Amino acid sequence: MNDMTMARGLLPLQLENVTFRHRNQLLLRDITLQFGVSGRTVIMGPNGAGKSLLMRLCHGLLRPTSGHVRWARGDALSNDVRRRQAMVFQRPVLLRRSALANIRHALALHGVPRSQRTGMAMDALERFGLVALASRPARVLSGGEQQRLALARAWALRPEILFLDEPTSALDPAAVKAVEDAVTAFQGLGIRIVMSTHDMGQARRIADDVVFLLGGRLREHTSATAFFESPRTAEAAAFIRGALIW
Amino acid sequence: MSSRLYVGALLALALTTPLQAEDRHITVASTTSTEQSGLFGHIIPQFREATGINVRVVAVGTGQAFAIARAGDADILFVHDTAGEEEFVAEGYGKERRKVMYNDFVIIGPSGDPAGIAGAESAVDAMTRIAEAEAVFVSRGDDSGTHRAELRLWDDAGIAPDRGWYRELGSGMGPTLNTAAGMDAYVVADRASWLSFDNRQDLTLLFEGDDVLFNPYASVRINPERHPHVKHDLAAKWHDWLVSEEGQGAIAEFTIDGEQVFFPSAD
Amino acid sequence: MAAGNPFAIALELILERDPVLMGIVSLSLQVSLSAVLIALVLALPFGAALAMFRFPGRGLLVTLLNALMGLPPVVAGLMVYLMLSRAGPLGSWGLLFTPTAMVIAQTLLVFPIIASLSRQVVEDLWEEYREQLQSLGCSRLRAIPTLLWDARFSLVTGVLAGFGRASAEVGAVLIVGGNIDGVTRVMTTAIALETSKGNLPLALGLGIVLLLLVALVNAAAYLLGESARRRLG
Repeated sequence: MNDMTMARGLLPLQLENVTFRHRNQLLLRDITLQFGVSGRTVIMGPNGAGKSLLMRLCHGLLRPTSGHVRWARGDALSNDVRRRQAMVFQRPVLLRRSALANIRHALALHGVPRSQRTGMAMDALERFGLVALASRPARVLSGGEQQRLALARAWALRPEILFLDEPTSALDPAAVKAVEDAVTAFQGLGIRIVMSTHDMGQARRIADDVVFLLGGRLREHTSATAFFESPRTAEAAAFIRGALIW
Repeated sequence: MSSRLYVGALLALALTTPLQAEDRHITVASTTSTEQSGLFGHIIPQFREATGINVRVVAVGTGQAFAIARAGDADILFVHDTAGEEEFVAEGYGKERRKVMYNDFVIIGPSGDPAGIAGAESAVDAMTRIAEAEAVFVSRGDDSGTHRAELRLWDDAGIAPDRGWYRELGSGMGPTLNTAAGMDAYVVADRASWLSFDNRQDLTLLFEGDDVLFNPYASVRINPERHPHVKHDLAAKWHDWLVSEEGQGAIAEFTIDGEQVFFPSAD
Repeated sequence: MAAGNPFAIALELILERDPVLMGIVSLSLQVSLSAVLIALVLALPFGAALAMFRFPGRGLLVTLLNALMGLPPVVAGLMVYLMLSRAGPLGSWGLLFTPTAMVIAQTLLVFPIIASLSRQVVEDLWEEYREQLQSLGCSRLRAIPTLLWDARFSLVTGVLAGFGRASAEVGAVLIVGGNIDGVTRVMTTAIALETSKGNLPLALGLGIVLLLLVALVNAAAYLLGESARRRLG
């Protein structure tokens, strides 16, 4: 595979009539949506709207029941295409080994030669202030440290696009700040950001554009300014006001 | 990780290999009575001294010893069942059978002797008394030489032992003696096993000395035409040594508690 | 040594370091540890593959593997005996009545335990790691070494259970080894022999030595596991 053409090639991401059904429940219906080559998209909506599901379909962890997930090149479900992306989950899944070894393992999966892994991993740990914890078992780190380690792991992989699924929902304010700073730093490297949150303030701080989901349907996809100043739908307006909608 | 494991496994195999490296040895299929009495422990070092050949003894019941030899898994036989040995030779598995030594079977029982066999006139009379008293009797029931000898005694007495008092174990001599001790039962044993048996409890030797209790041991060579892979040359040296003056002397000088156990009988 | 207290005999056996006993102890350890190591090398990938891949007959295989954990040692011994006997398919290898034959028989006994356990552990861990590993572009095949390594502490239990089964069994090694003095006599067959000679105190004394030996191996594995667990969470 030619790295350069792949690197150029992954975005934009196009979803065409994507529907996802699980045990006879229609969880996402008929989503058509494009993620451009740059910027920060925030996916919003109440619990159960389908935010996590949408990101997993984009990332190729799930296969749509019908419709298509199309990257500019490559099959969405292939490991090669997934290696050009990264995802940070709500609850980080870390291996039962040291912080450093967690990143080394991810680099190994990405085909980085053994001799370069430690250096790259240490760079990433340093970027996220984790050098002192490098040899600590990842599983005994605090929640905030674990999420920073997950971010450092994503950082080391230099993806073209980073998905973050409610990455701060279980964290204290200081840790939230660290995650938001990280998102800015990823953006600074030219990495495409797609993040879900139901923290309104966070969405305002980060979003370039907003995808608003409700009941498994796409209700709005518009610029952040437009979404927060003049939402098109009544449900979005209510959601921004903090009313309970579902 | 897996590559490290494979290296480890190879290492482990390498560790066990030296145990098999010793090349000049033969495997003798023999009986528990000879092994457990300590006879082999006494005579094998002398044979090794004389010839440089090591002898590995697989001590099992006579029936199993024949089976091992039939399959070609032993280099030579050393057993005590004349009829079986002759059959083994007649079938073409064995080549040459030579009498080596003998001892005798004895009848063991609880010291109280409820069947009164201590005063029996013959072995057959003793067995008849046990049957009439319906005293508990344990049999090895494992097709061993001793078991075959015991069955011949019942046959001669014209008795078909009754399940009510006759217990067939399917065990070696030692376990059978252990069971007899636990049940205060009568049992037919070979003298060597009895002499070397420690867990006697209330058991004692009650009847001995009848000619029908004669227990001859023989060495039988494997037929090279049947099993060419067997170490015939080394086995022949052992075979010849057993009946030589030196071998016969070694057997005669083996004692348990000062008592001679096996009596040389080479022609 | 013929009569007396088995505990005193065990102590005496250990303190005297009788060369014959030392030989038997070391052969026991060599045979059982080799069997466990070989079973480990075969059973880990096998169990993990069984956990990771779906194919027709998989359920049957899992059930069979679980059932084989109860395979009587005598039967395992008999199977190996029939394979290695001169009359059997592998007879020309001349392995019957050698330590290698004993290792093969015990490997057969230990394999199902380790394979079964590693299947279970890997399946559970894959449930936990699946999304993250897939996100990293890890194939199911490539996930196997990762999962096995992360399951290492749970697997130690299986390995110890396997070692326990191997070092405790007498049925298989007696049949394929022949209990040859100085060649294939191990702790359990020596105990059986002394029992059949009616030398019960010595037999029990040997049993105590065996128990101590197994306890020692277990304690070493436990301490190793605990310290690693504390370090790695």
